[in-house]
Amino acid sequence: MTTPKRIIKETERLVAEKVPGISAVPHDDNVRYFDVKIDGPSQSPYEGGVFNLELFLPDDYPMTPPKIRFLTKIYHPNIDRLGRICLDVLKSNWSPALQIRTILLSIQALLGAPNPDDPLANDVAQKWKEDEKAAIETARQWTQQHAKA
Amino acid sequence: MLPLFHPLMQRLDSDFDIDQDDVGFESQDKDIIPAKHAYEVDFTVYSPEEIQGHQDKQIAEVSNILGQPPEATAILLRHARWNKERLIDQYMEKTDEVLERAGLGDTADAHPPRLERIPGFVCDICCEDDADLDTFAMICGHRFCVDCYKQYLQTKIKNEGEAARIRCPGDGCNRIVDSKSLDLLVSANLKDRYQELLTRTYVDDKDHLRWCPAPNCVYAVDCRIKDKDLMRIVPTVHCECSHFFCFGCSLNDHQPAPCSLVKKWLKKCEDDSETANWISANTKECPKCHSTIEKNGGCNHMTCRKCRNEFCWMCMGVWSEHGTSWYNCNRFEEKSGHEARDAQARSRQSLERYLHYYNRYANHEQSAKLDKDIFLKTEKKMTQLQNTTGMSWIEVQFLDSASQALQQCRQTLKWTYAFAYYLARNNLTEIFEDNQKDLEMAVENLSEMFEKPIDQLQGLKVEMMDKTAYCTKRRIILLDDTAQNLKEGKSLVRSLVLVTCTNQPLGQWKFNVTLP
Ligand SMILES: [Zn+2]
Ligand SMILES: [Zn+2]
Ligand SMILES: [Zn+2]
Ligand SMILES: [Zn+2]
Ligand SMILES: [Zn+2]
Ligand SMILES: [Zn+2]
Repeated sequence: MTTPKRIIKETERLVAEKVPGISAVPHDDNVRYFDVKIDGPSQSPYEGGVFNLELFLPDDYPMTPPKIRFLTKIYHPNIDRLGRICLDVLKSNWSPALQIRTILLSIQALLGAPNPDDPLANDVAQKWKEDEKAAIETARQWTQQHAKA
Repeated sequence: MLPLFHPLMQRLDSDFDIDQDDVGFESQDKDIIPAKHAYEVDFTVYSPEEIQGHQDKQIAEVSNILGQPPEATAILLRHARWNKERLIDQYMEKTDEVLERAGLGDTADAHPPRLERIPGFVCDICCEDDADLDTFAMICGHRFCVDCYKQYLQTKIKNEGEAARIRCPGDGCNRIVDSKSLDLLVSANLKDRYQELLTRTYVDDKDHLRWCPAPNCVYAVDCRIKDKDLMRIVPTVHCECSHFFCFGCSLNDHQPAPCSLVKKWLKKCEDDSETANWISANTKECPKCHSTIEKNGGCNHMTCRKCRNEFCWMCMGVWSEHGTSWYNCNRFEEKSGHEARDAQARSRQSLERYLHYYNRYANHEQSAKLDKDIFLKTEKKMTQLQNTTGMSWIEVQFLDSASQALQQCRQTLKWTYAFAYYLARNNLTEIFEDNQKDLEMAVENLSEMFEKPIDQLQGLKVEMMDKTAYCTKRRIILLDDTAQNLKEGKSLVRSLVLVTCTNQPLGQWKFNVTLP
């Protein structure tokens, strides 16, 4: 199967115009599978951490959104234990005009602004609402423990 | 996403049943199937054609009032979730805003949708830039090549089942793809699917309409029961396809237990199933010789093949005692409160209590399945019997009636146990349990006859027909009594809380749980 022009162009652009704090590198043997690294945003409990994610472009991409998941353990109300992400642009608000880079930027923004009212990890969201300070401290500890480069 | 039903959205002052907004529209052109008993509700069954008819009628009417063409009116109505009063009000007040929000702003007939070739265009979706690329954009200006636009619509309609509110593929754009644009871009067979989905959204958007949940059934049921009344009414409806289901929650008929109890009960059974493996226990040991016995019929009267011991499947007690003393295996004798003082004993007792009701519940569920299997087998044998004895097809129909009655009664009995589990004891509980006992006994008798060898069935015909009629009658009495009492709990249900309190007025159900 030939690689769709869209995927080639996007990949080229990801390499040519780097986004600060984000990298996405396709596998040599599978152009639809990317190793992703996102730096924790500054002034967030994830600051100083580097988070690994895997990203896969399904056959009907870009009609359907990319599949993406955290590989690094992370304490966040919108990310569950399996690393799945609750983000509207990955679901109902996906548009085929969106790109990998925009999605990765949204994920980075989500790290900077957790939203416990729309949780995926219910226990974490609960903690976040009850005692935000303690939750942020846990997130910071997890970052130290699991996301240190 | 907006929930279709939200209790807070219901007007709390209105008395129940009639939806003021829609009176007359769906109800005038077809007979309501009237409720005869306290446990029955009024409802109407509609075919897809009738549902389409309702939509067309409403579109035509509103189209006249708004002075908008039918296509645009349809979009407006769907966008307003078919609340035509609100749509008309808002349209009169702020026309432009309403049009804009429905994705119809400024379109005007001056800009009919068309394909265009634009020099230097690059499609953001596929990255193609050929000079002869056909492109399409709605008035919002988000332009894509026509292949991408088509593929997008196909994905939305075919894979995601969207129809009424498909948005522009542009990122963050809320413009809704109108039907004229769709006509231009979508293939004929996809258009059929689109129409079908549009019809579906009409039913989904109406609180008083529901699809029959039976597989492949195309009918919808209209029932004017409000969410807040589901505490005291169990709205079982009967589709043309013969499926009985609850209008409140779409589950199979679960009378006499209200939806919220059913939900609670099913959740409990699910939660407890992991810790207790007795759930799937379809085999038991003979209480006398301990050989393994598999239940292979619907009846509870078990006879051990090995030692001929006759016992009751439910309580494992000797069967002869069930015959002489009253059939008392439906009731869990509450132990005295003193015994339960220590926490462990209490939890053990509560598990025991739960198991008591659960086992009876599960037993009827299982038996209903077995009764069905047996009927299939019997049907085959009856065909042989017709050939050998000369009984006609009509003459063997009593077996079909018996089988149907058995299943219906077991379905009811099953839920009486979930219901009883949540009931606190009072005078009403006694009456309820008597009714339950009566029905259960009749059902077991009928089930036992049903399992008799084929050559005896001919001689049992009259007796079986009587028993069938009796079972049906007892079921109606039980449901009627229970429903009546539920309804009369009106004042309590009004406050939306039913709790155990010590001075319960006579004639009301008392539950051990707080219901929403
Ligand atoms: Zn394109
Ligand atoms: Zn647009
Ligand atoms: Zn049906
Ligand atoms: Zn229900
Ligand atoms: Zn035995
Ligand atoms: Zn028994």
